Amino acid sequence: MNWPMKKKNGTAESNGHIIDMRAITKVYDTGKIQVEALRGIDIKVKKGEFVAIVGPSGSGKSTLLNLLGCLDTPTDGEYRLSGETVAGLDRDHLADIRNRRVGFVFQNFNLLPQLSALENVEMPMLFGGVGRKERKRRAHERLESVGLADRVEHKPTELSGGQMQRVAIARALAMEPDIVLADEPTGNLDTGSGTDVMGALQELWHGGSTLVVVTHDKALAQRANRVIEIRDGKVVQDTTNSEIEN
Amino acid sequence: MRLLDWRVVGQLFLKASSLQRKRATLTVAAIAWGTVAIIMLLSFGEGLKIQLMKGRRGMGENIAVWWPDETSKVWQGLPEGRPIRPRMDDIEYLRGRMTAASGVIGEMTSWSSSMTYGQTTITGRVTGANWEYGEIRHHFPQAGGRFINANDERDKRRVIFLGDALAEDIFGEVKPVGKTMFVDRVPYLVVGVMQHKMQMGTYKGPDENGAIIPITTFSAQFGQQRLTNIVFKARTAEDMPLARQQFNESLAAKYRFDPTDEQVTGLWDTVEGAKVMGNIMIGLQGFLGIIGALTLFIGGIGVANIMYAVVKEKTREIGVQMALGARRGWVTGPFVLQGLSYTLVGGVLGLVIAMILIILLGLMPVEGNQALEFLGKPTLSWQIAVATAGILGGIGILAGYFPARRAATVDPAETLRYE
Repeated sequence: MNWPMKKKNGTAESNGHIIDMRAITKVYDTGKIQVEALRGIDIKVKKGEFVAIVGPSGSGKSTLLNLLGCLDTPTDGEYRLSGETVAGLDRDHLADIRNRRVGFVFQNFNLLPQLSALENVEMPMLFGGVGRKERKRRAHERLESVGLADRVEHKPTELSGGQMQRVAIARALAMEPDIVLADEPTGNLDTGSGTDVMGALQELWHGGSTLVVVTHDKALAQRANRVIEIRDGKVVQDTTNSEIEN
Repeated sequence: MRLLDWRVVGQLFLKASSLQRKRATLTVAAIAWGTVAIIMLLSFGEGLKIQLMKGRRGMGENIAVWWPDETSKVWQGLPEGRPIRPRMDDIEYLRGRMTAASGVIGEMTSWSSSMTYGQTTITGRVTGANWEYGEIRHHFPQAGGRFINANDERDKRRVIFLGDALAEDIFGEVKPVGKTMFVDRVPYLVVGVMQHKMQMGTYKGPDENGAIIPITTFSAQFGQQRLTNIVFKARTAEDMPLARQQFNESLAAKYRFDPTDEQVTGLWDTVEGAKVMGNIMIGLQGFLGIIGALTLFIGGIGVANIMYAVVKEKTREIGVQMALGARRGWVTGPFVLQGLSYTLVGGVLGLVIAMILIILLGLMPVEGNQALEFLGKPTLSWQIAVATAGILGGIGILAGYFPARRAATVDPAETLRYE
């Protein structure tokens, strides 16, 4: 697979880091009790890294991923995504950042059921203001690169789990984001499809994309070049797997 | 909103599936029902208004009717309680002074004269009036006849003009015009029969039940000089106050009473009555409109309800769209459009049904049906169409807006977290 990752204008990365998180905390206030989901996280991710975030249930992985993807904002701390400070932005501005800079891959795919594979891939480009012709062209290109050229007109219900996740990957790449975030991308797949999707993600990385994957899947974590372990809202281990790094 | 925003909203709207087909159908039916209700109620009010206006005009337009009375104020050394009884020749005097009036006429009335043709005798009302009475008091002749004219009045001719109901009572199947009949045993030539008309106001009984003869003839036959009524017509509705003032001053100067003595000057001003009637009609139509709007409002609640259900059903999709970079307005816009389109479809459907109903009601025969003759037929006017469209649009926007606002509060992080 070949991923054309163009360098975007106006992307001022802070010291070459796409992700720069400092002293991030996240507290959920449920009224009676306050839950500290994250207690001071410092993470920096360079361009071209493949980071796996691991940890037990309730350790704060998903919260961290939501913050990374600008789906949520931290209670305290500083977060710069591609050099842009995220704190204090309104919801529409965050939506624009998600659209341009982040590609999401979800555990349960989250494709829009009434749309075809092609239209699903077009969706972020519709929000990004890409013209109709260019949308179609790029969506075809992306689907072709995940091996679904013959499935463009299929609805999600007509696709297998592995195929749906590959559509989701194509969708995540539609706007040529700075980073692809994946939340348990193999969690809902059988071993065969899981391996399939892992391969797709790895090739994405080889093509130059930056990936952050939250996973329980040891096999997937081993394919990453860096593993961050989270426990009780803190980073407890951060190892770079030099054997895999090429 | 930028052009892009509209485009995105439009695309999302077109791609949104309408899964709730059954509920949507029922909701559209509710809106259609509400639209039919509001249009029918307002059209009914409009028909009633037209009928009432027609009925009010039956007596004549911009006219005032005066009755003789006694003074109630002392004036220039004269006591109160003096009767003021103008005479036939005072009409010319008033015409000369009342510049704001386009006509002044005198009436003398005999309440129980015997009217005979062949074997039939009817006891009824005969009025002597100036020949201009026909135009001013809307006594229009049926084809083949005429009203009394200036020559009749000048020459004291024994000619008679009959109200349509009276004519039928006396003549039955026979055509009255050209026949000779007797009024208190004096022969008269029937010159015309009144066209049937709607008349809602009357000061001596319906015109259809009376007969009119020249005032000069009346005076000669009955030996009467004093007038029973004076009727005048203002040039325009706005001229009525001035005409009344001129009437009061002219009469007061001649008969020497206080022009502000309301017991003498009191009269029936139909222009004022029309204003009151107009206000009552505005109130009635407002009331009917509110009832219709409430019915429509219930339909709107149905639309809002279904839209809430759709928002709930699509919470995850909304969350996904937001995660992919959709702004709130782009996500909510399609819901507003959907609510509006349900309302629009229901509204158009309701309009078509209401128009068919109105046309069918219009085909019903009104003649001889007194209730329908009074109520009139439902009439659709452009004001009703505009009012209905406005209410529909408002309800449609509200019915889409509140559910859309709920959609806007969807937290993508929250929706995507759980299976």
